[in-house]
Amino acid sequence: MSLDNKQVRQIAYLARLSIEDADLERSTSELNNILSLMSDLSEIDTGDSEPMAHPLDMSQRLREDKVTEGNLSEEFQAIAPKTGKSHFLVPTVIE
Amino acid sequence: MHNFSVSELIKGLKNKDFSSVELTQHYLNRINESKLNAFISVTDDVALLQAKEADLRIAKGQASLLSGIPYGHKDIFCTKGTKTSAGSKMLDSFVSPYDASLSEKFNSEGMVMLGKTNMDEFAMGSSNENSYYGPVKNPWDLNKVPGGSSGGSAAAVASRIVPFATGTDTGGSIRQPASLCGITGIKPTYGRISRYGMIAYASSLDQAGPMTQTAEDAAIILNAMSGFDIKDSTSAVKDVPDYTQTLENSLDGLKIGLPKEFFSSGLDAGVEKVIMQAIKEYELMGAKVQEISLANSVHAIPTYYIVAPCECSSNLSRFDGVRYGYRCEDPKDLDDLYLRSRSEGFGEEVKRRIMIGAYALSAGYYDAYYLKAQKVRQLISDDFKTAFKNVDVIMGPVSPTTAFDLGSVKDPVSMYLADIYTLSVNLAGLPGMSIPAGFSKNLPVGLQLIGNHWSEELLLNAAHQYQLKTDWHNSLPNEI
Repeated sequence: MSLDNKQVRQIAYLARLSIEDADLERSTSELNNILSLMSDLSEIDTGDSEPMAHPLDMSQRLREDKVTEGNLSEEFQAIAPKTGKSHFLVPTVIE
Repeated sequence: MHNFSVSELIKGLKNKDFSSVELTQHYLNRINESKLNAFISVTDDVALLQAKEADLRIAKGQASLLSGIPYGHKDIFCTKGTKTSAGSKMLDSFVSPYDASLSEKFNSEGMVMLGKTNMDEFAMGSSNENSYYGPVKNPWDLNKVPGGSSGGSAAAVASRIVPFATGTDTGGSIRQPASLCGITGIKPTYGRISRYGMIAYASSLDQAGPMTQTAEDAAIILNAMSGFDIKDSTSAVKDVPDYTQTLENSLDGLKIGLPKEFFSSGLDAGVEKVIMQAIKEYELMGAKVQEISLANSVHAIPTYYIVAPCECSSNLSRFDGVRYGYRCEDPKDLDDLYLRSRSEGFGEEVKRRIMIGAYALSAGYYDAYYLKAQKVRQLISDDFKTAFKNVDVIMGPVSPTTAFDLGSVKDPVSMYLADIYTLSVNLAGLPGMSIPAGFSKNLPVGLQLIGNHWSEELLLNAAHQYQLKTDWHNSLPNEI
């Protein structure tokens, strides 16, 4: 399975990354090289092996549904690139 | 002073041979004179303040074991009030509003943070060349890489500009640089050390650990790093033994397994010679060596380079230019804000892995890539389970070669091959360690020790016993 330039552009967009035209050819060939490294996975007989999502045989711990942190909105907004009236600001989405 | 191990520094501080301020100033001078680019930020002010407080604690008799001990902190751990960049332009101006649990632990011990060490961007890399802040140099040869991603920490410890440093290991990022720089490093069992505030790359694989001069130091520091943390939902609810208590155990009868797949054609002959010599040393201590097979470990590279990028593409989606981190100039709309902030803020390798992950997780490819990789991951893990029915420790090389030239590996796939012997350990969540075992063409070679889940005591014990019989861990680069 090999990707073409158009698919690479689409994948980049899905990940909200842009690729300059000048770099597209190189990106496509690098990604295809990496994917060819993965191709031998399809030939492995995994039988009824269970997909392993986590290295330890443990269940997800739950905590009580209780507030444990105070209001830190000022600290967190202080490091934001752009804020106003206690909001994170982005370019206008709805006119 | 800088040739003392942590255990010797503890004694020196206790006997008042020197104060923490003197010690800290000495290391800060060494860091400032160093030409290795091992640090992203040097935190002189914080360090001297913490050292003064530690001296007060010592004077009042309120010191804990590690009060006043300086260290280098990998720049992936959030530190309140100090920049945490993860080696990325994306976080070049990020000052964390909170401490990682590990940072908090070290602070409450009264330890002294000298600064934040250089690393591959978001811990993605095996040479430290993917750092936004430029590559780190290997103290054994300034034209060589230190390994990655914890390359700054490894080079700093090897050149004795810090007594020890923290590292993280997702696919070999503690063990491989430890091997290439000739120091001791342990990646404990997944879940041993809290990941809270440790910037995530691949969450089912990431694990922190100490990078030290000796196995004894690694035991002391691991004691301080380990333990359950309610803030990390994958932190293990499990008692932490005192790792220093078992260092002196005899290795008589220890069963060592040598996986034949780790001694295949890709292994450099000079590295292999050093590893076999180290195994002989273990036989002299009474260990019994047998060949084993980890048949599926040969699939570790494709498996890892599916699983890790998938997790990374999900983890790094949080960097959107809105709440913190880099934001592009004058975005024209929201899409433009996301696209340019991420494209300008991330480096090449990070973008590559995000894209691989996005592709492997996308509709139509999920089963063929991600699900398949998770099944193979299970097979890799099962091989270890079978092996540990017959052996206590698995040994082999950490890396197929010694440190390579800066700028010499340009193709991403070739770089991935550097991790061939370390990846399967992370996939299975096992503890793994690298200890200095000799030299090939004047460059350090690390021996890898792999144990069953929660067998850090045995790994540290085996490493310490080896260091009592050999002197490799005391070898220093020229001019140190």
